[in-house]
Amino acid sequence: MAKRVTGPEIEKLIQLLAKVPGLGPRSARRAALHLVKKKDQLLGPLADAMGEAHRKVRICSCCGNVDTIDPCTVCSDERRDRSVIIVVEDVSDLWALERAGAMNAAYHVLGGTLSPLDGVGPDDLNIKGLVQRVANGGVRELIIAVNATVEGQTTAHYITDQLEGMEVKITRLAHGVPVGGELDYLDEGTLAAALRARTSI
Amino acid sequence: MPFHLALAPAFVLAAPNVEFGLPMPHKVFLNRLKLTEFRNYAALSLELDQRHVVLTGENGAGKTNLMEAVSFLSPGRGLRRAAYADVTRVGASDGFSVFAAVEGMEGPVEIGTGTAGVTEGQSRRLRLNGTAAASVDELTDHLRVLWLTPSMDGLFTGPSSDRRRFLDRLVLSLDPEHGRRASEFDRAMRSRNRLLTEFRPDPAWLTAIEREMAGLGVSMALARQEMLGLLTALVERNVDGDVFPSARLALSGFLDDEGHRPAYDLEEQYLTMLRDGRPRDAAAGRTLDGPHRSDLLVRHREKDMEAARCSTGEQKALLVGLVLAHARLVGDMTGHAPILLLDEIAAHLDINRRAALFDLVDGLGGQAFMTGTDQAMFEALGDRGRFLTVSHGSVTG
Ligand SMILES: Nc1ncnc2c1ncn2[C@@H]1O[C@H](COP(=O)(O)OP(=O)(O)O)[C@@H](O)[C@H]1O
Ligand SMILES: [Mg+2]
Ligand SMILES: [Zn+2]
Repeated sequence: MAKRVTGPEIEKLIQLLAKVPGLGPRSARRAALHLVKKKDQLLGPLADAMGEAHRKVRICSCCGNVDTIDPCTVCSDERRDRSVIIVVEDVSDLWALERAGAMNAAYHVLGGTLSPLDGVGPDDLNIKGLVQRVANGGVRELIIAVNATVEGQTTAHYITDQLEGMEVKITRLAHGVPVGGELDYLDEGTLAAALRARTSI
Repeated sequence: MPFHLALAPAFVLAAPNVEFGLPMPHKVFLNRLKLTEFRNYAALSLELDQRHVVLTGENGAGKTNLMEAVSFLSPGRGLRRAAYADVTRVGASDGFSVFAAVEGMEGPVEIGTGTAGVTEGQSRRLRLNGTAAASVDELTDHLRVLWLTPSMDGLFTGPSSDRRRFLDRLVLSLDPEHGRRASEFDRAMRSRNRLLTEFRPDPAWLTAIEREMAGLGVSMALARQEMLGLLTALVERNVDGDVFPSARLALSGFLDDEGHRPAYDLEEQYLTMLRDGRPRDAAAGRTLDGPHRSDLLVRHREKDMEAARCSTGEQKALLVGLVLAHARLVGDMTGHAPILLLDEIAAHLDINRRAALFDLVDGLGGQAFMTGTDQAMFEALGDRGRFLTVSHGSVTG
């Protein structure tokens, strides 16, 4: 067995850091060492910021975004056009679209896609909340910006069916979004173009 | 009733060069082939030229292996449809690699592919001119590879899944999107099958999945129909003369007799079939309607007889005729004849047929790889061929 270099507290810090996306065991070790060395300038403030975030982070009751306020920053932004809702699979997609800055709209985060093979059904997703938002009125257009996977497209069909008979225009992201391409990984230009060239269903 | 296909309009537009007497563009061929840890080849380096390649040697020498390596210059799992782990030489410390310098459709290109250095299981990497390619599908921009192997001999008598796969390979060679559609359809269908096993599945959810299946399934069926239409038109021009029998092709098992209707109508029809079929499919544990149930029907045109009832030799000749027609179609549509891999091709043919085959193959304008046990069988090829001897994983010539 390898000899331990650090006490259990730092070891635990390394283990947790290694679970952060983008950090493997090696870089987690390096990050932990850096934090420990900068105990007062970095480790302390980071711990405080994390504690604060942990206390305050919640899921927006309106759109499903994560933020420290509810409704979230996006939902409570008065300058947005709330008559347009962009429906995304995941918070990361919302952030990617915001980064592209193509639309000044509201969002709705589904929290995944319908997938019988993964045991994810309509009740596991934030679909009822979406139907409710549309039913409440004031929504002119719904842009379904799910990934071009089988599950993403099935989810789009499902949502479209659920909204049948309601006064809302439903559009989809234009092609040009690569098949199975995750929005999160697309560059901003491609995302903006796909949004502009969206097509009606 | 199966439907027979009319000449598709696309074919008229993409009319072949031969018909208008235009010169064929430059020939696509392999200049160089290097294998590393590939099957029984620890390392092999071959300099080639425009000529066809004849590989002879004892059973187990590595002739088919070499062809398999060339088949990896097209998307997919190659002519054996092998698991990549089996392709790597037994005892090798890393994955296999295939490198080829090709006079390609867009000019010279260096292609590297393999699993060397790949850690995850079922993927193979592709490098084009030294840079990583996003997808192996990019190979089709540079060359097309078609093959005929002895394992296809039972095509007409075997299970319909073999014929579907054969047909889908034909489609794929002209429409690279077909593979994606097929695998997405499969995934959607498995989703539906899974959902149907539940107690009182959500009908709206089923409908959403079925819509996805309908879109994909109908476009698969239409792509297959278009392919058959093109091939039929080509066979009807009967360029092969009397050398190889021509085949009458038809599809059966899914949306038969409906090929002329617009895609939208077909999608609605398939959607209804799926909805109505739910209780039956739930009981069966699988989806009983769809493009996964289509069969390719082949008849010997001159004898007007089902291919499955023809003699073994006639079946082989039909198959050769089909593959040649396909190769010609690919050449016509892309402007470049494909690389042809004809494994053990000479075995079933008499001396006259063999000579005629070589003329037809050469006339396609591409490079062919052919194998046999005996060089004498390829004598009629003359100086159009490069004769190589394969023995225990090394090649001399
Ligand atoms: N992964 C592998 N590693 C080493 N040898 C292999 C591997 N796969 C197949 N072989 C060997 O390759 C030989 C078959 O070569 P093949 O090309 O099919 O022969 P043929 O010349 O008859 O076409 C067999 O002897 C087989 O054991
Ligand atoms: Mg062999
Ligand atoms: Zn919100």
